[in-house]
Amino acid sequence: MRSDLLLFATTFLASAVEAVEALTIVLAVGVVRGWRSTLVGVGAATLVLAGIVAVLGPALRLIPIGTLRFVVGALLLAFGLQWLRKAILRSSGYKPLHDEASAFRREREQAGAAARGSSRMDWYSFTVAFKGVLLEGLEVVFIVVTFGATQGRIGLAAAAAAAAVVVVVGVGVFVRGPLERVPENTIKYAVGLLLTSFGIFWSGEGAGVVWPGSDLAILGIVAFLGLVSFALTRRLRRQRLAVRPLGAEA
Amino acid sequence: MRYLRSFLAFWWNFIVGDDWRVAVGLAVALGLTALLAHHGVNAWWLLPAAVAVLLWDAIRREARGVD
Repeated sequence: MRSDLLLFATTFLASAVEAVEALTIVLAVGVVRGWRSTLVGVGAATLVLAGIVAVLGPALRLIPIGTLRFVVGALLLAFGLQWLRKAILRSSGYKPLHDEASAFRREREQAGAAARGSSRMDWYSFTVAFKGVLLEGLEVVFIVVTFGATQGRIGLAAAAAAAAVVVVVGVGVFVRGPLERVPENTIKYAVGLLLTSFGIFWSGEGAGVVWPGSDLAILGIVAFLGLVSFALTRRLRRQRLAVRPLGAEA
Repeated sequence: MRYLRSFLAFWWNFIVGDDWRVAVGLAVALGLTALLAHHGVNAWWLLPAAVAVLLWDAIRREARGVD
């Protein structure tokens, strides 16, 4: 039950972050260039993603569970550690915060500057929406398929991802603008921590490690990495203030 | 060809990202853990410790570049 909740929460948060990024692109293009071609692009990308899930899902069942855990754990570890590293650098002021409002403005300016063809189909809107949804969607698919397969709960992982997409799209349509109010870095920090922890647990298990406390070891890994990340963020903040005291940048 | 290149770029970005040293460090830590397990040593502590060190080192390098 506890691992199901953790699985649901991790998949939900990770999918929500990707959905926010995809929605920012779609909203920016749709608002400036019109919705018809943009939504066709979203639909086409969704169909391609469904095809990938249909192919990947059954294929994964043919791989021995130990090998699957090792490969999936290693991939999650590499991916999660990138998020965690960047989130720590952003929290301590060493990297600018990923601002969805400025991403929205940038996408909108680019969309407005692009030339329109004479045909009824606006291929610029189609391509940008298609690529945005496909790329962010692929990351969601990867998270769902890997989390679901290693735990034997693909249905639960897919439900968590679907819930995240529905919530994000609902909020996006409701506010009709960029999702700037979502504290993206805080979510990325938490998701990076969870993905890295699951990655350590599964890749270790796949490599032949027997974890003390069995599944409870995941909580221990989360706590350990949380402390390490917190200590690193604090140290970096202090270091940043020592190099550039407040007000010195103005 | 263009699709193959963007497919490979997606996976490179997904796994390696902008710091290849971290990816290499993880590969070494995973290999070592598997090797020790193969020889009967249950090195459960190795991966969390390696991740903490890799994280610290990557952040230290990046922060030094900014300052």
